[in-house]
Amino acid sequence: MTSPLDQKIKITGPVVVTANRVGDGAVVYRSADGGWTTRLPDAAVTSNAATARELVAAAVADDLRAVGAYVAPVKLTADGEVRPGNLRELIRLGGPTVDLPVTFGI
Amino acid sequence: MYIYDAFDRTLVAERVAEFRDQVARRLSGELTEDEFKPLRLMNGVYLQLHAYMVRISIPYGTLSSEQLRMLAHVARRYDRGYGHFTTRQNIQFHWIKLAEMPDALADLAKVGMHGMQTSGNCVRNLTTDQWAGVAPDEIEDPRIYAEVIRQHVTLHPEFSFMPRKFKIAVGASAHDRAALRIHDLALRLHRNGAGELGFEVMVGGGLGRTPFLAKTIKPFLPKRDILSYTEAVLRTYNQFGRRDNIYKARIKILVHELGAEVFAREVDTEWQSIKDGALALDSAAFAEIAGRFRYPDYARLDDSPRSFAEARRADPAFDTWVANSAANHKTPGYSIVTLSLKPEGGTPGDATADQMDAIADLADRYSFGEIRVGHEQNLVLPHVAQRDLPELWRKLDGIGVATPNVNLISDIIACPGLDYCGLANARSIPIAQQIATRFRDRNLARDLGRLHINISGCINACGHHHVGHIGILGVEKNGEEFYQITLGGKADENATLGTLIGPAVPFAQVADVVEDIAAAYVELRERPDELFIDTVKRTGVEPFRERVYATR
Repeated sequence: MTSPLDQKIKITGPVVVTANRVGDGAVVYRSADGGWTTRLPDAAVTSNAATARELVAAAVADDLRAVGAYVAPVKLTADGEVRPGNLRELIRLGGPTVDLPVTFGI
Repeated sequence: MYIYDAFDRTLVAERVAEFRDQVARRLSGELTEDEFKPLRLMNGVYLQLHAYMVRISIPYGTLSSEQLRMLAHVARRYDRGYGHFTTRQNIQFHWIKLAEMPDALADLAKVGMHGMQTSGNCVRNLTTDQWAGVAPDEIEDPRIYAEVIRQHVTLHPEFSFMPRKFKIAVGASAHDRAALRIHDLALRLHRNGAGELGFEVMVGGGLGRTPFLAKTIKPFLPKRDILSYTEAVLRTYNQFGRRDNIYKARIKILVHELGAEVFAREVDTEWQSIKDGALALDSAAFAEIAGRFRYPDYARLDDSPRSFAEARRADPAFDTWVANSAANHKTPGYSIVTLSLKPEGGTPGDATADQMDAIADLADRYSFGEIRVGHEQNLVLPHVAQRDLPELWRKLDGIGVATPNVNLISDIIACPGLDYCGLANARSIPIAQQIATRFRDRNLARDLGRLHINISGCINACGHHHVGHIGILGVEKNGEEFYQITLGGKADENATLGTLIGPAVPFAQVADVVEDIAAAYVELRERPDELFIDTVKRTGVEPFRERVYATR
């Protein structure tokens, strides 16, 4: 499998760098201060390929805190809100699109 | 039930201790993810979209009530209160924290459960007929042979780093309930012309990107040779299987490229050198393993006792459920009861911790403490006295597992899909829910009769879509979910791969398409009792294709 650092990063719009947190697998986003956040609005957003490469390189190096870092598309709404850029990222952020099981009748 | 011995218990306990140390080293930074990943996979721990997932092995789909209660405990204590039964007779928990994984596995080890052989390029958890040991058409309990192989291959160093994963299934009935021909290696127990017991050996089956049905390379293998011949197959695959290309690494590609005859010759050459050695199964060793399977002390009962027959006449809902979900047992007066994990609006294969606890209690009371898991993602109580069925039905209905839809259109096999899985391209569960809702009318579903829908969210085919009567495969096109439809697949003794009927349809149209296919079937069938799959076989897919695409 190609390392994220070796992948050509083609950027056609705004992106963030995302991964899963080591301790519990939770979805996290790289923040501008070099940390990780579970809140997409606090993620570092860029539309610049070089910046995205730098963000990924730093994220991959931070193997102790997060795993599987990659560049993911986001959408910016008219009022500047950051939204996931595709269904996969929407599900990663919001969880399954179906109700989780609840006990039937007991 | 098979009773683990001290060796098994020690092995599982030592594995938990080892993994606890590995997790601690990962969390402290002593191990990188690249170093840790193969270690966690050897314990069934995956990383999915939102969280770590652990897959727990249920050898040949047999569970004790004590084990099911422990699964409920793990679901409640470490997960989000539910588990997902898979198409390989295992269970997955989708939300367990890595830091808590060793504690969860330690709890499971108390009842002999673990995540070994549920991931990695080893021999995976062996599967078989969920009616093993109770089916009237069975020759001998196939789980004994599955256990013989399991003991040999578990942590076997020669078979821990094969070109790819290796799935073995064992069956022993005329009717194949274990989907034998979609396995890397399948063993079907039968009698030869002389009345001797032996196995038909099939190799090279598998679905995924390049689907193949397994080919018979040995029509009759004496029982004593099951281990040596299995080892010869594994060695031949280990030697010649491709390691340079993950998409061509499964044994099905090797068998296809070499040809079954050449592959069989290679196996035979290897086998001749080992068949009379230590792996020849002597009767004492076999008897020792067979003796660790405990069978119920059945009461002497008559079939269809009066109270049972009267209850069927008095309550149409009960009668409908019995006709759908209770099957003949080899012992008079008993039934095999399937518990549907496919309620309308639910996720196929999911069960809550409360349901698991309740089912464990019911198993203790009505089924000699035993539960089975089927590859169709339903559960089974294998030993229920018919006189107890009315009372059991009411209790199963009370916990939501008595939907009378077993083998009907809403008994859908579905992988977790894009709602959970990092490999998926499209969602499976919402498609299953939409179809089940569309066909919620039970009279309509009964009129349609036996009809298997299988849904996979990606080409890896965990939902076995190639062998669904109606197969649905999720693909991604320009960022949107689309679904390819195949018809005519089946996974039984007449296994067939389905035929693609045309271009993929968008998410919102899948239930409409299934409705069109069902309507076409009703018009095309020659008699009310001609099954959907038989109509497709007779007509081919063309009339269905025309119906589906005429207005699209």
